[in-house]
Amino acid sequence: MAIAAPTAGQELASEDALFVMSDLTLRFKGQKNDVVQGVNLRVRRGEVLCVVGESGCGKSVTSMAIMGLLPPNSAQISSGKMRISSDEWDLVTDRLPAELRGNKIAMIFQEPMTSLNPAFRIGNQIAEVVQRHQGGTRAASLDRAEEMLQRVGIANPGQRLREYPHQLSGGMRQRVMIAMALANEPQILIADEPTTALDVTIQAQILDLIADLRDETGMGTIMITHDLGVVAEIADTVAVMYGGQVVEQGPVEEVFRNPQHPYTIGLMSAMPRLDKPGERLAIVPGTVPTISNMPDGCRFRTRCAFATSYCSKRPSLSDIAPDHSVACHYAPLEAHVRVSA
Amino acid sequence: MRDAAPTELTSDPVLTAKPENRVWKKLRAHRSALLGGSLVIFFVLIALAAPILPIPDPAATDWGAVRKAPSWAHWMGTDEIGRDVMARMIWGAQASLLAGVVSVGIAVIAGVPLGLVAGYFGGWTDAVISRCTEALLAAPFLILAIALAAFLGPSLTNAMIAIGISATPIFIRLTRGQVINIKSEDYVDSARAIGLPTHRILSRYILPNVLPPILVQATLTIATAIIAEASLSFLGLGQQPPAPSWGSMLNTAKNFLNQAPWMAMWPGLSIFLVVLGFNLLGDGLRDALDPREH
Repeated sequence: MAIAAPTAGQELASEDALFVMSDLTLRFKGQKNDVVQGVNLRVRRGEVLCVVGESGCGKSVTSMAIMGLLPPNSAQISSGKMRISSDEWDLVTDRLPAELRGNKIAMIFQEPMTSLNPAFRIGNQIAEVVQRHQGGTRAASLDRAEEMLQRVGIANPGQRLREYPHQLSGGMRQRVMIAMALANEPQILIADEPTTALDVTIQAQILDLIADLRDETGMGTIMITHDLGVVAEIADTVAVMYGGQVVEQGPVEEVFRNPQHPYTIGLMSAMPRLDKPGERLAIVPGTVPTISNMPDGCRFRTRCAFATSYCSKRPSLSDIAPDHSVACHYAPLEAHVRVSA
Repeated sequence: MRDAAPTELTSDPVLTAKPENRVWKKLRAHRSALLGGSLVIFFVLIALAAPILPIPDPAATDWGAVRKAPSWAHWMGTDEIGRDVMARMIWGAQASLLAGVVSVGIAVIAGVPLGLVAGYFGGWTDAVISRCTEALLAAPFLILAIALAAFLGPSLTNAMIAIGISATPIFIRLTRGQVINIKSEDYVDSARAIGLPTHRILSRYILPNVLPPILVQATLTIATAIIAEASLSFLGLGQQPPAPSWGSMLNTAKNFLNQAPWMAMWPGLSIFLVVLGFNLLGDGLRDALDPREH
């Protein structure tokens, strides 16, 4: 059944990965349980990794931890190593230096409506990132800003540069955020639910844009989302999180076609399907326990149909197929129970 | 997919005005703000024009015209040693407005940075600054100003410093509260995510966005400071004779309320109007800057 889980050392050593996060564990001051527990993530060049999970599963906290944006006095990181190309950090002692933020690794946020400074013109905001990391003159940075606006598909960029955020629509602001994030050609882009606040057509445009820019620059992307539609559209690999743990990880086709963790199976069957119209959707019973009520061992066991007493021991993430790993004692499920298709 | 982009590029024409223009438009449509603004401008103009207006020397005495009622020669009458009340009122406007603006300037320059630091960094820094602020706020504004002015010695400059120090905690508190509010905004996180250093986040992302309520508070505090200066001068702790000030004019006038009511009426009316002016203007600014009403 269980084969050895990839350890921190092995993960960091994997050669082809552009970004590796290994064994991230953190909790907020005053809480007795970890909000993120032993999370390993890996992104190769030009690859999109989607981190999925419901609200409160720790996906945003993970992205903030990667960027070094968690308030140091309330978030306590007890373990975690991070590597971007050849630079390596121990997150327990160091955080991502400010020189790398917006430069080697950039982030776009969920709410384009509130993520731009309302007091400054678009152009100045983009130019500021460029100047911060590349130096150079104001005029050169503004030229770069105009070029970036053009690149993210904003018509009439010269005029848009002189406008304020409130003059733009949500989709346009998200394009501006992307322009800002990519202005310094980062190797890693973290997108925290970049399309959640947008309507569906704009959502598709933004995803196309990210995919295009990924193809052009070869950057690795970590996309945080709770929308499996987004995952299906853009992801190369997917990591499913539940209660601060990665429960299943693998190439997107593999995970969608052959989900192995009971939680992933629940998520997949809760998704409406065009090929099975009129069918009732399955639900995952119950709700995510609050962080202080998280059970020991497998954190999903209180909602899991297959749980046994054995599940009070924490399952490790084990490979069941090449690159496809699952954190469940009973994976692969076929070996243990007959699952009706 | 990208073909659909131009449709959303036409931004809302209602929103295309610059924020400054929108505030200015709303302010011009606000009647009481206009009245307040006109009052303030009127007093500022006469205070600035005092040296060139065809009025008598405010310190020149005329023993032949003591406590004369308003007439063609003295439009607002004369005081107990024959000085022209209108000349003293106009020169007094200088002292009052100067005291109002300078003391609020002191309070803003001292209070806003302290509030920024306290609100942004929190923890011990905040605890120390906030406890000191509360200690200052525990003493009533005017009592504190009187105590400080008495301690510093009576003069207009010292009165302005005393009023400025007394008004500082208001600005520390206001700024701190606004900063705590603004620092959790997404654009502050995104400023940190692009690696901006703290001083730049404070000066470019936080400060400009906390300024509107501070501007409103400053306008309203000028009114309070003018009353405070008049009170200190009334008590002899502000502008020293023979230089004119509305407060000291009222102080002398109180002895002649029956015989020469005009001596009290004009400075009293001036204080009333200028304070009303700043209050109306401040209220108007608050409405115009209120983001919920855009």
